[in-house]
Amino acid sequence: MNAVIPLHPADGCASAPVLKERGQREVFCGLTGIVWLHRKIQDAFFLVVGSRTCAHLVQSAAGVMIFAEPRFATAILDERDLAGLADANDELDRCVMRLLERRPDIKTLFLVGSCPSEVIKLDLARAAQRLSTQFLPRVRVLNYSGSGIETTFTQGEDACLASLVPVLPAAAAAEAPSLLVVGALPDVVEDQFARLLAQIGITRVGFLPARHSHDMPAVGANTRYLLAQPFLADTARVLETRGAKRIAAPFPIGVEGTTAWLQAAAAAFGIAAETVERVTAASRQRAALALQRQRDVLSGKRVFFFPDSQLELPIARFLARELGVQLIEVGTPFLHREHMAQELAWLPSGTMLSEGQDVDKQLDRCRAQRPDITVCGLGLANPLEAEGLTTKWAIELVFTPIHGYEQAADLAELFARPLRRAALLQHAQAA
Amino acid sequence: MQLTLWTYEGPPHVGAMRVATAMTDVHYVLHAPQGDTYADLLFTMIERRAKRPPVTYTTFQARDLGSDTAQLFKTAAQEAYDRFKPKAMLVGASCTAELIQDDPGGLANALNLPVPVVALELPAYQRKENWGASETLYQLVRALSPRREAVPRRPARERKCCNLLGATALGFRHRDDVTEVTRLLDQLGVDVHVVAPLNASANDIARLHQADFNVVLYPETGTQAAAYLQRAFNQPMTRTVPIGVGATREFIAEVASLAGVDAATVQAVLESNNARSPWYAKSVDSTYLTGKRVFVFGDATHAIAAARIAHQELGFQVVGLGSYSREQARDVREAAKLYGVEALISDDYLEVEARIAELQVELVLGTQMERHIAKRLKVPCAVISAPVHVQDFPARYSPQMGFEGANVLFDSWVHPLMMGLEEHLLTMFRDDFEFHDGATASHLSHGGGQASPNVSTVVSTAARPADVAAPVSATVLPAHTASPAAAADTPLAANSAQWAPDAQKELQKIPFFVRGKARRNTERFAAERGLATITVDTLYDAKAHFGR
Repeated sequence: MNAVIPLHPADGCASAPVLKERGQREVFCGLTGIVWLHRKIQDAFFLVVGSRTCAHLVQSAAGVMIFAEPRFATAILDERDLAGLADANDELDRCVMRLLERRPDIKTLFLVGSCPSEVIKLDLARAAQRLSTQFLPRVRVLNYSGSGIETTFTQGEDACLASLVPVLPAAAAAEAPSLLVVGALPDVVEDQFARLLAQIGITRVGFLPARHSHDMPAVGANTRYLLAQPFLADTARVLETRGAKRIAAPFPIGVEGTTAWLQAAAAAFGIAAETVERVTAASRQRAALALQRQRDVLSGKRVFFFPDSQLELPIARFLARELGVQLIEVGTPFLHREHMAQELAWLPSGTMLSEGQDVDKQLDRCRAQRPDITVCGLGLANPLEAEGLTTKWAIELVFTPIHGYEQAADLAELFARPLRRAALLQHAQAA
Repeated sequence: MQLTLWTYEGPPHVGAMRVATAMTDVHYVLHAPQGDTYADLLFTMIERRAKRPPVTYTTFQARDLGSDTAQLFKTAAQEAYDRFKPKAMLVGASCTAELIQDDPGGLANALNLPVPVVALELPAYQRKENWGASETLYQLVRALSPRREAVPRRPARERKCCNLLGATALGFRHRDDVTEVTRLLDQLGVDVHVVAPLNASANDIARLHQADFNVVLYPETGTQAAAYLQRAFNQPMTRTVPIGVGATREFIAEVASLAGVDAATVQAVLESNNARSPWYAKSVDSTYLTGKRVFVFGDATHAIAAARIAHQELGFQVVGLGSYSREQARDVREAAKLYGVEALISDDYLEVEARIAELQVELVLGTQMERHIAKRLKVPCAVISAPVHVQDFPARYSPQMGFEGANVLFDSWVHPLMMGLEEHLLTMFRDDFEFHDGATASHLSHGGGQASPNVSTVVSTAARPADVAAPVSATVLPAHTASPAAAADTPLAANSAQWAPDAQKELQKIPFFVRGKARRNTERFAAERGLATITVDTLYDAKAHFGR
């Protein structure tokens, strides 16, 4: 399949062909993002306006049911809403009222659109405006769509953050340039990046989303933003309309990615590369040491990625370049060429890339290749294990801190563990 | 619009998936948007199925809505047939596809597939999962059974045979119930003709009519199909669900009359049974179970059965009975009358939580939802019903039905409770430093064992570990949800009786798991008598007054 010698080996995959497929997509919809977003923004509540399927999905999505008093709920549409017997707006107001009574601590309420609410063209933008007028300053009501017809998995976060951008405070035109790190990160990773950026000498740093509604960062013409997650196309676009400018960089996955990401930020603020080298020296050394052990397990192993979160390219690049993994196929639900430019250039030439999905055909390719590790969703993992393939749940790559230096080895461990485990169980069965 | 935090049942197409996935050669083509494929993981992760559910989703996206979603469906259905070569196909729509009205049934018929195609109409904005499973099984049976005129009279058999109906994929212990009931029927000299839909083929469905009668294991999913078979082929069906010793005996009698089993055989089966639970319940160590206040909630079948066992076979007091199965609400209400309680028919998790808190129960028999409610309220709990969790698919044999099922129920309900003598020792020696309030019973190693000795901390924080991430929720819940338990050990509002310090101290000597009730009763007692101060005497007066 990749027998043709690449014309531009130095470009990596920058100009490589991509297999585009449109068939059954075995992926989550954007509603799933609520599972981490409702923990990230501590005073936000997510109200899905949808069907029982939506409620069932969000409750099942994490693979387990989360029974903490959740900061999400579903306003389930019923027949009366569809038949127009009930005024959907009145019904929604009633639900929101009941909710805010229960949770007076909520400062931001997201009305989250779903497939059914989009299809019946329920105008949640208007509803959000109306409710905001009613509840501000106590509660701001925003809306975005997490529907499966418009968003795939992590694109739900993109839509959520994009809905926040218009209401971010305005940074004064005369203000000194500031850095905005965009994308929900685990708190521990965010704190590490904040420390490193401060040590590098970038003093004015904001994170989107902030942990509290009143802490949301300001944005303006002097804002330079740096994407921490690879799935934020819409958020980036809306940030540009507010005058912010993107710092082109790879993503902070692995030692190499993290360094290049920090270097890109430093360069944008006129800070010398040597400063970044000096500040990050200890972290890089520590990470390299930790990765050495994982390389022994992973080097030469063949990995196949089913599309899931759009994190596939940066993770594949890290596996190939820092751990010696051989990439069989790297699938992604959506390929944003501009945001992925550096990642594509870094991928080994000849890597098979696929965008979109036709799951049965992709399973055929996967079975034919018999990779050492298959990265796939929860619906496919056990069936593939039963066929003798070792798998890694893709969703764990989203629900685990993987960005930055200190997490590089943890990310490698996520791939090494299934292999070590398979070996252990074989021993146990042989004994 | 209904505000929902958690749902007991999924949408009806998930019920259809439970039927399709249970079967061996049926494929379901579901017109559904991207994202609805989440339902696969219920089967592959919760039930740990080694195969993908036999479901093809069209996963249409917004851009398809403008063009031709109907063509997308036809392509998906044709490709699914070509790839999987099923012996029968189910076609239908999920909630979103229902709105775009593409008519999957009509589209599939136009393909002229060489196998039966069953079109499912599952109104997603009206119905739920169990109804969907029931309807799907019924439609399959109706479509695949031969025309009744074409069916010869059933032969008079030496050994009678029956079908077992209602067991599905993702069912609560269905796998083991089928084994247990099959064994029991064999002892009675009755063969199992077909089990459906669990592990059945399309061809098996087509030969259901040959059996002498039907055993409905789970009325939620099986009755509708059984009623059809009764109408069409004059096949009688059982009404008793054999959960519990009493119900199992009734079931044996019912089968005996349907199959003409002789009295000697019935007697032999009743005598040779392996039911240990009646003797365990009778043994003296079980005395401490007497009158324990139990709240029961689940699907109708399991809730009704659990209440009966709790009352008749374990000597508990059923203080609450409820179900999320609206379709079977009448049966649940009837059952509740037997225990002098009003049935709670609701799928609102908050309402259930409030009821449990209000009733001051000592044991919850519920679903995974109630398990978490019970954890918060620090009440023991055993799970008796779906919605299922990975823990509800144990590696070991663990039926709910038959005599072995009754043994399993005895163990799983009694083990979470404080053991008899341990309870006495805790009461007698309150000052033992190891009997502090944070210490749980020795057989319960997890949950609060290392908590602080301050009881209010134990109840309000340790019982809600998840709130570490959501610190606000405990304080903002309205009084009818979490607060009754949290408030159990905190002084009441200013307008009620005040606790004298020595009475307060005496109260602390009561084990924490009944202290909330003691406090409430005492305060109620004081309020009814207009007492301003609660003394040690008031405490004991109230104890004498409310004592059972």
